[in-house]
Amino acid sequence: MAQGVWVIAEERDGEIRKITYEMISEGRRLADALGQELTTILLGSNIKEKAADFGQYGADKVLVADDPRLDPYTTDAYVSVISELVKANEPAVLLMGASVQGKDLSGRLSASLDVGMAQDCTAFEIKDGNLVATRPIYAGKAYATVTFENSWPQMATARPNVMPVNEPDAAKSAEVIDASFSFDDGALKTKVVDIIRDASGKIDLTEAERIVSGGRGMKGPENYEILEKLAALLGGTVGASRAAVDAGWRPQTDQVGQTGKVVSPNLYIACGISGAIQHLAGMGTSKVIVAINKDPDAPIFQKADYGVVGDLFDVVPALTEEVKKYL
Amino acid sequence: MNIIVCLKQVPDTETQIKIAPDGISIVTDDVKWVMNPYDEFGVEEALRLKEKFGGEVTVVGLGPKRVTESIRTALAMGADKGILLSDDALQGSDFLATAKALAAVIKDMEYDVIFTGQRGIDEDMGVVGASVAELLGIPQLSLIQKVEVAEDGKSVKVHRPVEGQTLVLESSLPALITAQKGLNEPRYASLPGIMKAKKKPLEEKTLADLGMDPSQVGQDARKQKIIGLSSPPERAAGKVIEGETPQEKAAALAKLLHEEAKVI
Repeated sequence: MAQGVWVIAEERDGEIRKITYEMISEGRRLADALGQELTTILLGSNIKEKAADFGQYGADKVLVADDPRLDPYTTDAYVSVISELVKANEPAVLLMGASVQGKDLSGRLSASLDVGMAQDCTAFEIKDGNLVATRPIYAGKAYATVTFENSWPQMATARPNVMPVNEPDAAKSAEVIDASFSFDDGALKTKVVDIIRDASGKIDLTEAERIVSGGRGMKGPENYEILEKLAALLGGTVGASRAAVDAGWRPQTDQVGQTGKVVSPNLYIACGISGAIQHLAGMGTSKVIVAINKDPDAPIFQKADYGVVGDLFDVVPALTEEVKKYL
Repeated sequence: MNIIVCLKQVPDTETQIKIAPDGISIVTDDVKWVMNPYDEFGVEEALRLKEKFGGEVTVVGLGPKRVTESIRTALAMGADKGILLSDDALQGSDFLATAKALAAVIKDMEYDVIFTGQRGIDEDMGVVGASVAELLGIPQLSLIQKVEVAEDGKSVKVHRPVEGQTLVLESSLPALITAQKGLNEPRYASLPGIMKAKKKPLEEKTLADLGMDPSQVGQDARKQKIIGLSSPPERAAGKVIEGETPQEKAAALAKLLHEEAKVI
């Protein structure tokens, strides 16, 4: 009988990604509901010490697969090791973050294990001992509740920035175990030959807690500076609507929406964005939405918690000054 | 160089999604069906590789007969031939069953590169490509924004943007690549292209043609089962910020964000 909740940690450049703590925290809640143990799986090279605080967030055990061939991440190496560990230990639930890496890994892993999977979920619960997942479909225009049939482990990924992180409890620790696994070098067909780092240090939209986004109302690329200023002050990042990206004002990586990034920040400030359905789909799970727009009938106001009808070129700089009072 | 593009038909991005009375599917009556936008990037990249290396581009679609229109669109853009896998038993298949059926179509074909979109904009799973690659036993390169095939056509170098950096990956061929937005700007079908497409071969296959057991696919074979669809959670009515001047409005907004929403 399959037992236990497993969470796959995400490590890059020797650092544990925040999504890992989101997943451990959520995994803890599910493990408690099942009355079972939570194990975190950490893969990489010389990374055992990075697992030290996993217990404080709720992990009972950490299974570490340490091997130079597991750094940096490649699909082949991860799938090979994780599917072997899953088959040997038979967890009931297998979770990971729906980061780019998680999305790359989840598809191949589920096919390799021949199990069902639910991608990019926004909520989980345990019902009658089984995982029930909720996930946006049609870019958030509808939500699907899904279960798993004749499929172990029950596998799912969670949207970054959605699952709350537990307060670390310094009194708790996890048992760290060295995983034993074989490794078929012949299975490794892809390799990372270069890493191009973003020198700007810009926070990725999917990881940002605060986003200031600009659309057609920005009138041109040069005007994004006022959004950059506000975003920098808030410790956030700048996003854009499809109209702004298609006009060439902002890079494609900034696009929020159905054919761009789906984001869930604590605060989303939409400036000069009318709120086309594709855009609303990409930011609808933001916790607090502010809309600043000249047009009082813009659809974005239907989604906004706070709406300011006015010229963004006056309101945004004024808001930047006002925000300073609270920082 | 032989290239295969897997193609899905999805509701246009403007579509308002309505939940059907059965509670687990959507109303499709007024839906405008289009080629999945991410698959268009795959078709375009396949055509560019063909223009450089020669060879043939085959488009493989799965679904009801209406998918023929999207295959014809790809043929009009310049693909050489199409295959439609259409079978009533496929209705309601999950990603695993879909991948198994696509792999069954592709396994006996000759190919160097397979393209799929990084995800369908309907179910938003983004896993069929990877699953097809696993079932065919070839490498997968997901969420790719740049493709450079080596001059000898035996390997490929690709760019995958991840949070805050871009990974440059290298793989032997054959391999499966899933297309991310930014890979290219898909061409429009020209009028002569549309005329020519009508004469290009488009073969229809059923599960029986592939020797596949219908019990492996469809609603009953789902390992991930949809038990209910719901509308997005309604947001409580928002507040319109009052004020005579932009400064007053900004001050009121900042105060609410701090005191009420507690986000600054």
